[in-house]
Amino acid sequence: MDNIKMQSVNLNAWFGTKQALKDINISIKTNAVTAIIGPSGCGKSTFIRTLNRMHELAPTAKMSGQILLDDQNIYDSTVDPVMLRRRVGMVFQKPNPFPTMSIYDNVAAGLKLTGVRKDKNLDEVVKRSLQQATLWDEVKDDLKKPGTSISGGQQQRLCIARAIALEPEVILMDEPTSALDPIASAKIEQLVVELKKNYTVAIVTHNMQQASRVSDYTAFMYLGSLIEFGATKDIFESPKNQLTERYITGEFG
Amino acid sequence: MRGIPAINLQFLTGDGLRYGIGPAIQGTLILIGLTSAIGIPIGIMTGVYLAEYGTNKYASWIRSINDILTGFPSIIVGITAYSLIVVGLTGTFSPIAGAVALAFIMIPIIARTTEESLKLVPNSVREASMALGIHRWRTIISVILPSAKSGLITGTILAVARIAGETAPIMLTILGNTYFFQGLGKAMDALPLRIFASSRSHLQVEQTQAWGAALVLILIVLALNIGVRLASRGRYKR
Repeated sequence: MDNIKMQSVNLNAWFGTKQALKDINISIKTNAVTAIIGPSGCGKSTFIRTLNRMHELAPTAKMSGQILLDDQNIYDSTVDPVMLRRRVGMVFQKPNPFPTMSIYDNVAAGLKLTGVRKDKNLDEVVKRSLQQATLWDEVKDDLKKPGTSISGGQQQRLCIARAIALEPEVILMDEPTSALDPIASAKIEQLVVELKKNYTVAIVTHNMQQASRVSDYTAFMYLGSLIEFGATKDIFESPKNQLTERYITGEFG
Repeated sequence: MRGIPAINLQFLTGDGLRYGIGPAIQGTLILIGLTSAIGIPIGIMTGVYLAEYGTNKYASWIRSINDILTGFPSIIVGITAYSLIVVGLTGTFSPIAGAVALAFIMIPIIARTTEESLKLVPNSVREASMALGIHRWRTIISVILPSAKSGLITGTILAVARIAGETAPIMLTILGNTYFFQGLGKAMDALPLRIFASSRSHLQVEQTQAWGAALVLILIVLALNIGVRLASRGRYKR
C-alpha cells in the first residue's frame, strides 16, 4: 500500500525491565487520522513516543523492532533524531508553551532555534501557522503577550501552531484534550480533522467518543499489546475481538 | 550608623594618605569584576552540567566536591591560593590570585543554585523543545536557562555578596595597601581589608574610617542587589 506514511514493525519497548510494548505492528496512513485507544498504562503513549524517538530520552528506555517513515527505518544509525523530530512533530497532553516566550516567539521558536528559517518570512509563517491552528483571530492583537497568558485550550492550539510552523509531515498528539474542558476539546477535535488535509496525524486518546469522531483508523491496545487495528467504523461498529468490544462498550477501562 | 559621619567625598575618593578609602572601594569593585568573570561562567556551566547531564558517576563526584567546597573554610581557600599562586606561580600578591581564591568560594554557590533552579524547570518544557527538533544545547541555552533566569540571578547575587565581604582569602592573596590600583601583578586594597586594618588601629580617625568603610561595603552589596534585580526584571516573569 502506497499511502502508508509510518509503520511500526515488531516493535517492542521497555522501561528498565518492564516491557511496555509487545510486538506492535501499526501502520499510519497518509493524510488520515489514526487514533490509538486503550486503558491507562496500555502503552499507547509509549507507542506514540517511539514514533519520533522521544521514547529514548527516558533514562532506562529501550526498544527493538523498526519504525518506518516513508520506508526508512528511523532507528537506523544514519538517522539523526533531532532531524527526525522536525519531520514528525508532537503535541503533548498538557499544553506546554515556552514560559519565557511571547505567543509570536512560541510559534517562531521551532524555526528560529533550529536554524531552518532561511529565506522564509517569519511573520508569514507565524500567521499561517496560527491560522491553521484556528487561533489567529483570537490572538492576532496580542502576539507580544506571554504564551502562558492565554487559556488552556488556546495554549494547546498554540502548541499545535508551534508544531505546524516547522511543516512536519506527521503530527503526533498525546492525549491533547485530556487537560481541557469540553468546549476547548471540541475545538481541538475540529482542528484535528482539519489538519489531516495537510498532515498525517496520529492521536492517542482515552476518550473513545473522541476517537470515533476524529479518526479514520483506530488501534486498540491493552497491556502493551495491540488487540485490534482497523478502520474506525469497523472497530466501533463491529469489533472482531471480544476485548475490544468490552472496552468500547465501557465494560472496563 | 556610626559610619555615617565618616562619609564625605574625600573619604570616598581619597587615597590612604588622606584617610580615604578610594583604593579599597576600587579594589573591591575590581575583585568583584575579576571573580565574576571567572566564577559566573564556570559556576553556571557546572550547574547546567549537573542538572541536565548529571546522572552519571562523574556528576555525582562533581556534586560532592561542590558540596564540600561550599562549606570550605575560607581561610583554607586563601592559604591554598597563597601557596599555589602567590608563592608558587607568580611570586607576588595580586588581584588575580585574589580573584582565583574568591572564585573557589563563588563557583560552588552558583553551581548549586543553578542546578536547583534548572531542576525546577518542568520537564514538559524540555520535551516541547526537543520534540520540535531543537538540539539539546540550543534547548538549554534558549529555552531552559531563560526559564530559570530569576533563580540564576538570585544565585549570582548571593555569590557576589558573599565574596564581596570575604576577608581571609584576600588577605593572603592581594595583601592590601593604601594605594590605588597599580596593576594586575601588584598588591591591592579592598574594603574588607581596610575595615580589618583600620579597626585594629588606636587612632580615632582610623576607627572612624573602618566604620565608614563597613557602611560603604554594605551599600555596595545592596546596590548590586537592587541593580541586578532591576536590570533583570523580565517581560515574562511568572
